Amino acid sequence: MSTVSDSVNFSAPSGVDAGLTPKQLAAKYGLAVSGKRPGFVKYVKELWARRHFIVAFATARLVAQYTTAKLGQVWQVLTPLLNCAVFYLVFGVMMKNRDGITDYIGWLCIGVFVFQFSQSAVLSGTRAISDNLGLIRALHFPRAALPIAFTIIQLQQLLISMVVLVGIVLFFQPPTMTWMLVVPALLLQSAFNTGLALVMARIGAKTSDMAQLMPFLLRTWMYTSGVMYSVKGAVDSFPPFFQVLFRMNPASVFMDLIRYALMPNEYNKNALPDHIWIIATAWAVFAGVAGFIFFWKAEEEYGRG
Amino acid sequence: MADTATTEIREAAMTNAQDARVPTVVVDDVHIVYKVHGAGSGKGSATSALSRIISRKRSPAIREVHAVRGISFTSYRGEAVGLIGSNGSGKSTMLAAIAGLLPTEKGAIYTNGQPSLLGVNAALMNDLTGDRNVILGCLAMGMSPAEVKARYQDIVDFSGINDKGDFISLPMRAYSSGMAARLRFSIAAAKTHDVLLIDEALATGDQKFQRRSEDRIRELRKEAGTVFLVSHNNNSIRDTCERTIWIERGELVMDGSTDDVMREYEKSNH
Repeated sequence: MSTVSDSVNFSAPSGVDAGLTPKQLAAKYGLAVSGKRPGFVKYVKELWARRHFIVAFATARLVAQYTTAKLGQVWQVLTPLLNCAVFYLVFGVMMKNRDGITDYIGWLCIGVFVFQFSQSAVLSGTRAISDNLGLIRALHFPRAALPIAFTIIQLQQLLISMVVLVGIVLFFQPPTMTWMLVVPALLLQSAFNTGLALVMARIGAKTSDMAQLMPFLLRTWMYTSGVMYSVKGAVDSFPPFFQVLFRMNPASVFMDLIRYALMPNEYNKNALPDHIWIIATAWAVFAGVAGFIFFWKAEEEYGRG
Repeated sequence: MADTATTEIREAAMTNAQDARVPTVVVDDVHIVYKVHGAGSGKGSATSALSRIISRKRSPAIREVHAVRGISFTSYRGEAVGLIGSNGSGKSTMLAAIAGLLPTEKGAIYTNGQPSLLGVNAALMNDLTGDRNVILGCLAMGMSPAEVKARYQDIVDFSGINDKGDFISLPMRAYSSGMAARLRFSIAAAKTHDVLLIDEALATGDQKFQRRSEDRIRELRKEAGTVFLVSHNNNSIRDTCERTIWIERGELVMDGSTDDVMREYEKSNH
């Protein structure tokens, strides 16, 4: 019996394919090299096909975040409130650093929330791949779905904070038409953050040292963006080059837009920097597109090694 | 019973030998080398790490492990292939490489579609409940929400998670490793894969689940797929695979019918 089965070579191609080398055989049946990166258009299509997954993943993660806490979902509102309270205590009460801003608490909270949106997108992007290796190694899907989902989580969290924020702002002033501008401003910032998260996801997947370094970079970014002071007043004495640099800072740009939208009384229209909507759009498009391409370029390497 | 089944399949393979079989996985002289960080003896202090960075010397802590050395084989549609060998022989590495998770140092692996790897380690997402994992896993594999809804109950029933009470609504971190592996297998097996790679997943479940998953693997094969199975349980290989590849020290020792290879393998272990 064993002689019979020994004569059957399980690997060798049979029939008309006999004699083909492995490479020729693979080419004939259209087999692709395993783990190869798909083309850009195909990748975008695959990603679009996973849109339900992205949304479901983001929602599930947001809900799961506080499952071990006793207060549960209440933390989604408590966290931003406590953040505001701490900053107000330090910069509003103890340091009296109000920069002549009358409605300082509202002004500060907008800064904190808007900056945190970008900050947490960067942080969760850095860990998007390394924290989900189980998922990546088990199932096949376009990996860009993960950093995008994490940005959506941050957006959902920001929207909850926004509800708190609107309450605080309403305490000081009635709603105005400019509130509508919050929508395009947040859309632009979301695109910008997604791009940033995609870039950080690729870097973080390769260099785990980034997770150690990021808090310092982000803190520097926060203190130079004018979260608790007005950048405009602070950089007046700087050389023109640095003034432009500070004005281009995407975090300041998005903060300015939302502060203007929610509190037009603090910002009469003249105080808003020139071309700010153009700068914001440019940042959103540039970061979104460049980040996506940068991430896609290493698609086959995520979860390897 | 299993013996007659494999004989039948082998006979079928031989009578069809004249027809061209459709290849699903072509492994062509593949070498795989792991680079392991943090190995080696050197002093692990910060100053020595710093001086290495300054002198631009490659860290001695990176060592290379040549895990697979020139393996070639071709598998065809409808086959179930077992991979056997002692611990550290390179079986799991081979599977990960077929799945596209490990780069090859030399040679190439060609596959039909995207192979899917099932392992025993880790659940999908530990913090999420079992039902969320089912839904997310299905969506991640590219099912539409309607399809997920239609399959959901089947997946849960198949996994047998709810046999001992309502476990599906608990976070997966509360599951035993066997339960997690079962749920993961059930999710992955809900979809037909061109190539399904299974790493010891069957060994973890209880006997009832093992039988159920063997049936499911047979179904998957009928739906024109190829199944690879790594296991130290010789019986589960005998029951599911008609072809077996024996790997030792990263090299292919034997590739043939399960009965023949198993006989040699067991002989060498005595």
